[in-house]
Amino acid sequence: MDQFLQATITGIATAAILAVAASGLVLTYTTTGIFNFAHGAIGMLGAFAYWQLRFDWGWPAPVALLVVLGVLAPLLGVAIELVVMRGLHDAPEAARVVVSVGLLAALLGLGLWVWPTDVARPLTRFWGNEHISVLGVRLTWHEVVAILVAAGLALGLRALLYGTRAGLAMRAAVDDRALSMLNGARPHRSAVLAWAIGCTCAALAGILISPAIGLMHVNLTLMIVNAYAAAMIGRLRNLPMTFAGAVALGLLDAYALTYLPTDSILLAQFRFAIPVILLFAVLLVLRQDRLRGHAARSTREVVPRPGWSGSLATAALFVAAGVVAAQITSAPDAVAVQKIVAVAIIALSLVPLVGFAGQLSLCQMSFAGIGAVVMAHHGHGGDPVGLLLATVVAGAVGALVALPTVRLAGIYLALATAAFAMMLDLWIFGLRDFEVGPLSISIFGTGSVAVDPIDVPGVDSAHDRLVFLSVVFALLYLLVVAIRRSTFGQRLLAFKDSPAASATLGVNTMLVRLAVFTLSAAMAGFGGALYGGTLGAVSAQNFAFAQSLPLLLLAVVGGIGTAAGALVAGVLVGGLPLLVEVAPWFENVNRVLPGTMGIALGRNPNGIAHQIRVGLAPLRRQPALLAGTVAGVAAVVGLRLAEVLTGTPFALALAAVPAAGGLAAQVLAARRAAGATATEGPDDVPLEWAGIVRPFTAEEVATMDRVLGLERRPEPTPSLAGAPSGVSAPARTAAGAGR
Amino acid sequence: MTAATAPAAALEVRDVVVRFGGHLALDRVSLTARPGEVTGLIGPNGAGKTTLFNVVTGLQAPQRGTVLLDGRDVTRLAPYRRARRGLARTFQRLELFGLLTVAENVELAASVRGRRRPGRSADEALELVGLRDLADVRADELPTGKARLVELARALATGPRVLLLDEPASGQSEAETEEFREVLLAVAGEGIAVVLVEHDVQLVMRTCSQVHVLDFGRVLAAGTPEEIRGNEAVIEAYLGAAPGVPA
Repeated sequence: MDQFLQATITGIATAAILAVAASGLVLTYTTTGIFNFAHGAIGMLGAFAYWQLRFDWGWPAPVALLVVLGVLAPLLGVAIELVVMRGLHDAPEAARVVVSVGLLAALLGLGLWVWPTDVARPLTRFWGNEHISVLGVRLTWHEVVAILVAAGLALGLRALLYGTRAGLAMRAAVDDRALSMLNGARPHRSAVLAWAIGCTCAALAGILISPAIGLMHVNLTLMIVNAYAAAMIGRLRNLPMTFAGAVALGLLDAYALTYLPTDSILLAQFRFAIPVILLFAVLLVLRQDRLRGHAARSTREVVPRPGWSGSLATAALFVAAGVVAAQITSAPDAVAVQKIVAVAIIALSLVPLVGFAGQLSLCQMSFAGIGAVVMAHHGHGGDPVGLLLATVVAGAVGALVALPTVRLAGIYLALATAAFAMMLDLWIFGLRDFEVGPLSISIFGTGSVAVDPIDVPGVDSAHDRLVFLSVVFALLYLLVVAIRRSTFGQRLLAFKDSPAASATLGVNTMLVRLAVFTLSAAMAGFGGALYGGTLGAVSAQNFAFAQSLPLLLLAVVGGIGTAAGALVAGVLVGGLPLLVEVAPWFENVNRVLPGTMGIALGRNPNGIAHQIRVGLAPLRRQPALLAGTVAGVAAVVGLRLAEVLTGTPFALALAAVPAAGGLAAQVLAARRAAGATATEGPDDVPLEWAGIVRPFTAEEVATMDRVLGLERRPEPTPSLAGAPSGVSAPARTAAGAGR
Repeated sequence: MTAATAPAAALEVRDVVVRFGGHLALDRVSLTARPGEVTGLIGPNGAGKTTLFNVVTGLQAPQRGTVLLDGRDVTRLAPYRRARRGLARTFQRLELFGLLTVAENVELAASVRGRRRPGRSADEALELVGLRDLADVRADELPTGKARLVELARALATGPRVLLLDEPASGQSEAETEEFREVLLAVAGEGIAVVLVEHDVQLVMRTCSQVHVLDFGRVLAAGTPEEIRGNEAVIEAYLGAAPGVPA
């Protein structure tokens, strides 16, 4: 009984900290519509900042707390809102998640940069281990503080949201941002306030929980999963239910710690899986979401429907590049390039899922890991059966992950995938060999397992394998092209555009989502089995949650609508670590780079690959220049083969020749266009018919938005019935503008 | 109910209630649409016309009431299942698949229909609305009027028994509206039950055999166009002093 009471009290203290973290998450989500994946990372930074002030510099605790919670955390929140999140509220959901995940990766990298892992940083409880006795149970003052803080926060948030004008504005902004603006509210101000409070909650939770779990970057960052498991019970919006969820989680965790057998291989770490299992259980009972229609889109998305001839040529180009790379690399370098191609194959699995269907997976490397593990145990000697099995098993697991979420909005799939990755990281991937009835299951054994590269007749050396992987990449690229051209591919794009319209045409949208997620997981498992072969020995670290993030971010940066984007992701994910070997200073930059790129480019759905394609497009219309460019590339490759041009100059020349060709073609095209007379403008219809017989031009939309103040543009400033312009939308509404 | 109810209504809506928080969007609304007829649904903005379409297609669950397709209760069916039983619609706020071409939009609809039901091929549907020339244009590049026609072609390609049109003629010129009316009558002539939401009251009166007037979530009146024109409640609430002026 004492044991039970003790566990209950401890559980409530844990619950209090979770509630603080989760309520910050709910507050930002309800007010801004952006789910803050970086919430845990912000808590991590808060805890480290507190350690820095309190223990490294020896400031008194109250001063350190005041600076972190009263100044640094709110400022970070304001900065995130102003610099990163503003303007994102009407972006497609995928873009919002990518930017938020980018922030997570960037802040985690920043934490590792500023506070490297090679120093031990003890963070003690407030008042050390002094405690009081409640009902004969030990309760530290730290736990008392946590419970009081959570209770105070609950009352404070309630008072803020329902008792103040600022709270009313925050609740109004949730329902309809533009509408609340036109009715005189100021959603920007609400958003800034929500981010400031949210970040403070995160930092507070980070400081409170650090003494228990240790001041560790990744663990604190991943606290987010526990927090959103609690928030999920309140459907990410309801604060009282979120508190209830936190209590349930805190108690379950404490009871698991007290009562679960520690000698069982399977159950020893099971405690860490509880939030994830609870989260999936909640997903199963959540009410179905309404199907939404179009999302507003600021950038025109390009997902070309590729023709077969062009695609075959592109596939041939991939193979040719592989052959050339095999010719000019040393054996160790060939292995490094193999890894790049293997990662690109895994990244390719994101193209149908993210690029076509607009669904997000934050656990693609986990599926790759499942593929690699299956290959390790069933693909001895490179047996192709192992590869087949890896594909099937990863696909089946993918289906199980997606199944509970297909009825729900897209954000829930992203949350489920992150939770799944966490469960593998903390529990499954750490399991030693065990038996379930007649089945004997082994994963990473004692830490790492050997994976044999796939056995193909005639493929023996590292160079041969490089060519082989290029062929596989080219074939999978053609598979993706075939998907895009099929009616299945049409359904994916249709679903991304308008789930509501898809359903009313008779498309079973749940089946479509399940199918594409399964396919994507199977492709990732296939790629993971090959990737494992290039690594030789694999461990859980190779396939951790933290590895999935850069893969997704860089695939989006590369251009997720096309296979070229996947190749860019492969080159960046596989190539940047190589750069670190050459230039050690780059290591810290590399930590924050994928996240920063994700933040910067996450809202542009087209990515780098599209920019390159646009840049080279004029070449196609100039046969002479095109031939010259191709000849130039061939010459550079020839010089390399003759070992005249090597190393960095070769790489530069290889990039410079097509760039010069594209530039020259653009200049020529521009000259020709200048020669022709000016094209007809949009004055073809009377102004009042604009938007009816033809769409509004960008300028007209901008003008309307500017007059209404929905978008801030520096100039030219419109004036409203003589009133001073440069005022916000709500003020203009007050002055009599309506729409 | 006895077997002697109305002669085979293709779509029947009974006593539907939808509440958004404190706002009663639909208050015991009933509506019947018969095969081969165009049934009109008019009313001021915010009267609940689009909400009713959402209830019929399953995008919005009603608090009360039933929706019958060919006499079978579909109130609890998912939207895609209703579509496969022959229900199709267009949207007031356009919902074309912007990433796909015009042809792909319509092909998609035809491919979902499969061979289960008879219906137009994608080509025939585009031909009917006169947009074959635009087949390879990306759908988000179309002006609104043309886009509405593509939505109509897409709905037709599903081989519908019941077709719900949400303001299909807005954004069209007078000549285009006239062509559109011909298409509508031809479609109804094939035995499809058409429900038309439209602000162009003249168009509705000239085209429909039955008209329902919706106001503040209630059916204000229902009957033939002549009856509606003479209905004082309708004149007062909607048609106003100058009947026939589009809102």
